[in-house]
Amino acid sequence: MLSSPLVAIRNLNKSYSRGSQIIQVLSDINLDIREGEFLALMGPSGSGKSTLLNLIAGIDKPDSGSVNIGSIDITTLSETDLAHWRANHVGFIFQFYNLIPVLTAFENVELPLLLTSLSRKERREHAEAALRAVNLEDRMEHYPSQLSGGQQQRVAIARAVVTDPAILVADEPTGDLDKVSATDILELMRRLNYELGKTIIMVTHDPRAAEKARIVKHLEKGIMNEH
Amino acid sequence: MSIKLIAKNAFRHKLRTMLTIAGITIAILAFGLLRTVVGAWYAGVDASSASRLVTRNAISLIFTMPISYKEKIRQISGVKLVSYGRWFGGVYIEHKNFFPNFAVEAKSYLDLYPEFVLDDNEKAEFLRDRKSCIVGRKLANRFGWKIGDTIPLKGIIFPGDYEFVLKGVYQGRDKSTDETQLIFHWDYLNERLKKDMPLRADQAGFYMISIDNPDLAPSVSEAVDRTFKNSLAETLTETEKAFQMSFVSMTEAIVMAIRTVSYVVIFIIMAVMANTMAMTVRERLGEYAVFKTLGFGGRHIAVMILGESLVISLVGTVAGIGLTFPVAKVFGNALDNFFPIFNVSAETIYMDIAAGLLVGLSAAALPVLRAVRVPIAEGLRRIG
Repeated sequence: MLSSPLVAIRNLNKSYSRGSQIIQVLSDINLDIREGEFLALMGPSGSGKSTLLNLIAGIDKPDSGSVNIGSIDITTLSETDLAHWRANHVGFIFQFYNLIPVLTAFENVELPLLLTSLSRKERREHAEAALRAVNLEDRMEHYPSQLSGGQQQRVAIARAVVTDPAILVADEPTGDLDKVSATDILELMRRLNYELGKTIIMVTHDPRAAEKARIVKHLEKGIMNEH
Repeated sequence: MSIKLIAKNAFRHKLRTMLTIAGITIAILAFGLLRTVVGAWYAGVDASSASRLVTRNAISLIFTMPISYKEKIRQISGVKLVSYGRWFGGVYIEHKNFFPNFAVEAKSYLDLYPEFVLDDNEKAEFLRDRKSCIVGRKLANRFGWKIGDTIPLKGIIFPGDYEFVLKGVYQGRDKSTDETQLIFHWDYLNERLKKDMPLRADQAGFYMISIDNPDLAPSVSEAVDRTFKNSLAETLTETEKAFQMSFVSMTEAIVMAIRTVSYVVIFIIMAVMANTMAMTVRERLGEYAVFKTLGFGGRHIAVMILGESLVISLVGTVAGIGLTFPVAKVFGNALDNFFPIFNVSAETIYMDIAAGLLVGLSAAALPVLRAVRVPIAEGLRRIG
């Protein structure tokens, strides 16, 4: 049974200026995402799907409108509060993994925990558990350069879930992977959603990736199309 | 992990980091050496005592004063001890072997300079033999002289050949004590002058005065000069520090130039380091965006960049300080004639450390601002 909206977006607008030109990226977006949903945002390049994802994740600010996550309108938070909010409520999965190259897989996963009050021992336990969940317990001391693309993305997923956030946002998580690795990652995300009840919002171009989602939304020229 | 991350980041681009560290090392070494040169310039001033006065001819140092002044000076209130001497300026074999040599009233002179530490037997031997001399430890080492050796000096100011038997080697009580002097008996010189140049005999080039209390220096100086007012050889009395400063002030422009160059060296390396940090931060804007995405704030990013900058600059600074001592020793030995005291002072090390910190902090300032201010979305666009 799905619960009340975890994410409630109302009348969201976002534009960028390029010189004297104003480019409207998102126009009057309204969207509800319930807790435990796996939503795929699809659309052509430049449709505004990554911008929408950034606004939901609190890494960009809209021109107008609101993004309520739980009971908080994150568009009203200061930069400091927003950083704190992100650390506690959102896990990020990027297209290019974005692991820190000088840190091992374990250290990369431990990174978000440094912002918590957990002890070193507790951090170790959490990070190891996250790496076990993505079947990388035998690669903990490997550096990103010693891992395949699929393995790096699994480390990135472990990093995203290690703080047990309410929402996982994924921007083209399979965009840089071969078919086998992509399938592997999508299956892992599906398990996170089905078995652990994580709310996932994923931006993708890939229809096969979107098939894993429970709901698919399409954006075109900054406007949400219901399907 | 933060410290570990800072250290790992600092050596991520090994060649660039090592070249920057090498640059800082050389800059700190150059800065330390130049500061040591400035220090060596002032060594005489630093080594001077607050309770010693120097009386010289008021017209110029090259003019002398009658030896009879000694008794009159001694009678002035506040004066504890009086000695006198003349700059001899003798040459040992050839001009390039320059070292300071003085004819002094030996007993009182050694009493006035307790920082010249001399073995009791050697002192007794020196005082007993009017044709003897003592030399500083560095000077003896420079020419390999041993006790009992005869040291020939060719007189330039006082023409003729002079020979002295080495009776003692003094050591400096303090690091700032000049150990490159040769001191012999004024009586010996005076006897030669009476015979060869009688008009130049019974004269002193300077009087050294020890006073009871440094606070009395102005009043004693004034009293000495007043005593010889309107005489054939009026005097100018000043503290030993002021006397030494009068030599340094003649070359003040050179000292100022050396000081300026030392700061320019630091400024240049600051620019080099700032360039390194700017390149580093530009390359890692995407990474900092990832950190921000994970919830790390501007303060964390600033600490990471400042820490990295400080690690690089302080590694270079420590290496530079480490090299300063052996290089200064080689430099000091090579320039012993010009700089008898060439010690790397604690103040120089503190200034090295301050320069290292300044370079590290200032080089990171603008890159920190840039990394903190760049929006996350813009930073993330730089990846891929």
